[in-house]
Amino acid sequence: MIPELGHFALWLALATALLLGVLPLAGTLRERDEWMALARPLATALCIAVGIAFVCLTASFVRNDFSVLYVASNSNSALPLQYRIAGVWGGHEGSLLLWVTMLCVWMAAVASFSRHLPQPVVARILSVMGWVAVGFLLFTLITSNPFERLLPVPADGRDLNPLLQDPGMVIHPPMLYMGYVGFSVAFAFAVSALIGGNLDAQWARWTRPWTLAAWMFLTIGITLGSWWAYYTLGWGGWWFWDPVENASFMPWLAGTALVHSLAVTEKRGAFKSWTVLLAILAFSLSLLGTFLVRSGVLSSVHAFATDPRRGLFILAFLVIVVGTSLALYAWRAPRVGLGSRFALLSRETLLLGNNVMLVVAMAAVLLGTLYPLLLDALGMGKISVGPPYFDTVFVPLMAPVVFLMGIGPLARWKQASLPELALRLRWAFAVAVLAALGSGWLAGRIAPGTTLGLLMAWWLVASVATDLWGRVKPREGAGIGARAALLPRATLGMMVAHLGVAVFIFGVTLVKTFEVERDVRMDMGDTTTIEGYVFTFRGVRELDGPNYRAARARVEVTRDGRKVADMFPEKRIYRVQRNPMTNAAIQTGFTRDLYVSLGEAVDGGAWIVRVYYKPFIDWIWGGCVLMVLGGLLAATDRRYRSRAAASVTPAATPAAPPPLAPAMRRVGTLEHEAP
Amino acid sequence: MKSLKFLIPLALFGVLALFLAAGLKLDPREVPSPLIGKPAPDFKLTRLDDPTASISRDDMLGKVWILNVWASWCVACREEHPMLVEFAQRKLVPVYGLNYKDVRADGTAWLSRHGNPYEASLFDGDGRVGIDFGVYGVPETFVIDRKGVIRFKQIGPLTPEVLRDRIEPLLKSLQA
Repeated sequence: MIPELGHFALWLALATALLLGVLPLAGTLRERDEWMALARPLATALCIAVGIAFVCLTASFVRNDFSVLYVASNSNSALPLQYRIAGVWGGHEGSLLLWVTMLCVWMAAVASFSRHLPQPVVARILSVMGWVAVGFLLFTLITSNPFERLLPVPADGRDLNPLLQDPGMVIHPPMLYMGYVGFSVAFAFAVSALIGGNLDAQWARWTRPWTLAAWMFLTIGITLGSWWAYYTLGWGGWWFWDPVENASFMPWLAGTALVHSLAVTEKRGAFKSWTVLLAILAFSLSLLGTFLVRSGVLSSVHAFATDPRRGLFILAFLVIVVGTSLALYAWRAPRVGLGSRFALLSRETLLLGNNVMLVVAMAAVLLGTLYPLLLDALGMGKISVGPPYFDTVFVPLMAPVVFLMGIGPLARWKQASLPELALRLRWAFAVAVLAALGSGWLAGRIAPGTTLGLLMAWWLVASVATDLWGRVKPREGAGIGARAALLPRATLGMMVAHLGVAVFIFGVTLVKTFEVERDVRMDMGDTTTIEGYVFTFRGVRELDGPNYRAARARVEVTRDGRKVADMFPEKRIYRVQRNPMTNAAIQTGFTRDLYVSLGEAVDGGAWIVRVYYKPFIDWIWGGCVLMVLGGLLAATDRRYRSRAAASVTPAATPAAPPPLAPAMRRVGTLEHEAP
Repeated sequence: MKSLKFLIPLALFGVLALFLAAGLKLDPREVPSPLIGKPAPDFKLTRLDDPTASISRDDMLGKVWILNVWASWCVACREEHPMLVEFAQRKLVPVYGLNYKDVRADGTAWLSRHGNPYEASLFDGDGRVGIDFGVYGVPETFVIDRKGVIRFKQIGPLTPEVLRDRIEPLLKSLQA
């Protein structure tokens, strides 16, 4: 009964989403207030219907209802409760339902935090999101119904993929999807602004906190995924340039560009058409990621079981959504106007430069990801593109980005002066060079690649420090404390996020240069020494988990005769699916990780053991956490919280394109004439 | 004409969509097996139903046969199984099973429940022979000729189309 209820709720949701897509939008075109007013109630109803479906599927998992095909394929009665719940998004059908659920969460958020927006704007935004929901609900119902029954009912389920039976996996997909789907808000804002013709600084101010929130979730999601790969895949890597990782990284790059470009549009009214394009791009890339993962066009460790009908459906959906919005862009954007002018050297130019670099980097990742597909489609053979390509292309593209990141925040809007910038930053640059050489020397080696990485990290630190000092140094009687208290959260957020990038680069550089990886054959009592740490193998014993058997080794680590830790790497065999899983033992420290994982058993009770020393690896994720914190600070800036935000006007009033209907001209003029 | 540049994103996307559509028809996992045209790897394994009797590669020389890799824990095997049972009843060629990474009792029970299409199943409990055959997903099916050379390999479940259009014509030409 519960699965049927869920199935019914999904059909109900589809009907509601169709109404939401049609009525409020039609209301804005025909100036019917009562139709526009339907947007919020319909969005709420849609959320409730999808919520019911989600709860029904979760209940089927919790109750071990193996008469539901999806539950039988992704769960087992021996599976612990938390993984039965995570099993809801452990396969294609359920993760799609999670996608739709997240979309509804965002919709509900937009509906409730948009009281200060004019009604036609809210109506258009929710309608656009309603159409996105229609597409995904249709996809779910036609090709991937999670509530399908299975007859005869099996005695037990096939179990959740063991790789997913991990705490990191419980929260990684929801975070990632919150990020992916979150860009639909920026997308909806952009599309509705293109329709309505009110593409202005006001629009940018509304879009910014939403974009930042989505960007934060995406950052958390990617970070969790990387951390999870590090400790469960058993070979100590943290990023593999796998097509699916790339699928999440591309929207992140576009989203990062969008966050910065929105800042310019809000403050200076410039780059409007570029910003709109980025908003469309970020969400399109999220959809493209969905297509790549679920259609089977690329092979990847993440790929879901594939079905050509699904691939065709998402492709059609992708073409409709992206094609329509880009056509709308081509039609409406030329009349948006350029906004205020700026000089060749100004903060606008520097930000635009960085934006372009980020998009180029994104394009490079896209090319690498799709290259096997392109060659295959042109009949030029099968190849795979791996880390060598991405490392070679990506690092040189990022170096100038980082260099500009240091300068941008110190440059003036509109017109900056090169001598002044040079004067302010020469010390920062000198300090960065010295610090890079010094830290390289301390770490043990001064090599070109390492120094470049360290230089980038220190350059960011030094320039953020210069910027901060310029903003808080005592002036006109105000002391450091008083001036620091006046710093807007948005500025602080930017600094914290940029420091996060520095920390990230620092971690990557040191791990790449100084990590030690050793695969050794170890018998009882054998030792191996890395960087002064003595690892002693103390044997393996068998133990039983709830749904697996494990071989668990004890490896004792000492340094200078003192005990550092006992480490317990495991090799697990999950009873149902039978694939072996490696659970690495990691001893985390501020400046290094010790990483031990079990390879294969060899003759006579000995094992192949991988013993790794990873300096500063946690700084990689620490840097990401700082970026998220920066985003959080910026998203909660005072001007987004107060309703009086509208009193800040952009420097120049841009010309609005001719609106589609008289109703919008009214709204548009009102906004532009607001004091 | 200035507004033409705003069409560039749409045009780029159009090209991308064409490639993605073409990509849907291709299978990235269809890796040409390096084993095709090569002699089957050497093996000597016990029978699933009789741990004392064994079968080796050389026993199979002189006849065209099919090797189907299966396991009781493999769900896709259950999907192709009825087809295989029916195919074996037509007695075109002997079908042998390779019971991959399984437990003897589970494998025997599974066959008695779902039907046994195999002349015999080789028991490969630790999966060594499966690895020699390059098995990376169960089920897999091999066609091996009289000289012990692998002529065809199917990764994943058999389909009626594959049996009818690829395997049967191949068997006819091999037996001619």
